[in-house]
Amino acid sequence: MTTKKTFIDPLIDNNPITRQVLGICSALAVTVKVEQAIVMTFALTFVVTMSNLIVSILRKYIPSSIRIIVQLIIISTLVTLIDKILEAYMYDISKELSVFIALIVTNCIVMGRADAFAMQNNPKASLLDGLGNGLGYGSILIIVAFFREILGFGTFLNIRILPEFLNNGLMILAPGAFIILGLIIWAQRTLTSFVED
Amino acid sequence: MELLIHYISLATKSIFIENILLAYFLGMCSFLAISKNVEASKGIGKAVIFVNGITVPLNWVIKTFLLDEGALVWLEKPLQWFGMKLSIPMISQISFLNVNLSFLTLICFISTIAALVQFVEMFIDKFSPSLYNSLGIFLPLITVNCSILGASIFMDERGYTFGESVVFGASSGVGFYLAIVCMAAIRFKLRYSNIPDGLKGLGITMILTGLLSMAYLSFSGIQL
Repeated sequence: MTTKKTFIDPLIDNNPITRQVLGICSALAVTVKVEQAIVMTFALTFVVTMSNLIVSILRKYIPSSIRIIVQLIIISTLVTLIDKILEAYMYDISKELSVFIALIVTNCIVMGRADAFAMQNNPKASLLDGLGNGLGYGSILIIVAFFREILGFGTFLNIRILPEFLNNGLMILAPGAFIILGLIIWAQRTLTSFVED
Repeated sequence: MELLIHYISLATKSIFIENILLAYFLGMCSFLAISKNVEASKGIGKAVIFVNGITVPLNWVIKTFLLDEGALVWLEKPLQWFGMKLSIPMISQISFLNVNLSFLTLICFISTIAALVQFVEMFIDKFSPSLYNSLGIFLPLITVNCSILGASIFMDERGYTFGESVVFGASSGVGFYLAIVCMAAIRFKLRYSNIPDGLKGLGITMILTGLLSMAYLSFSGIQL
């Protein structure tokens, strides 16, 4: 696979959320506002890129029988790092995101890419793959958050766009997230003409 | 009696009103992957109840006696006694009052879960082969299930007591079980429906989960 394809592929065709069905939990939980989604994208992209890089550098030294636990330790160290950074510099958002930054540890994208890609490939390709998957995840997150914020609060990045009486409370609650994501998956799969059997 | 009522209302709250799957989106990955099959859904549901019921209280113990600020104070007395015996001034004057290891919370929680899942797997393989056959393949999957780590982090964030953490752990597992079995049954019925191509599989499952979650929202009117 060429370098460019490693990076571009997870953005559209092989998107982690809509195609690989990974990392859905946080995609739904942190998409009430676009601002949160952007911070979450940043956090996850950092973690998946760095963990891919580190796992790929260490791949020849990790025995396969304990690889899961080694990967988990690497990932949870990175997540603790980003959690503390957010707490120090963006306290309000870190309070809103509450447990979901910590839950990047068990986000299937990070584990999945570390195990399936970084264990077999060189550091450079792994870095690009991590970056591509992080941004592919983020793009879906921001699209979902865009619709939920506009329909739920009538705002975009806290700037009012729709009048207040149009606010739809359902979009802020859990069902709104599920239905919007379902429709986006439908759109993405129709565009890339992918059919699940 | 008061305590019992408190526990029952906490259990009702975490099973129905704040269902870990449908209100907090935790454990979605395994939910989407496994709800194709009713039997498998029952298996993973049971495994989640089992593992959550053990890991949440265990993590409570670790958090309270090792990681919180000043949590290590209980270790001072034995260490000081030990230091006096060996006459090492550095150990006999040790103080843990200001030690705060809570930045290690995440690593400790996930390691506890991973280790415990391995241990439980070996244990039930040895002592209850029939249980192992029904849970077996689902146990390793559970290590990276967000609902397990999520329940422990919620326990930490909401400051539950030990008793509450036992009730919360088990009942959030029950909530997961109910939701996944319900979804599997719906998807089973859906097998012969005529769904647009792009919506097949994941898409329709997400929309159905949305409807299920909307149904669960009706519990939110319950006053506890």
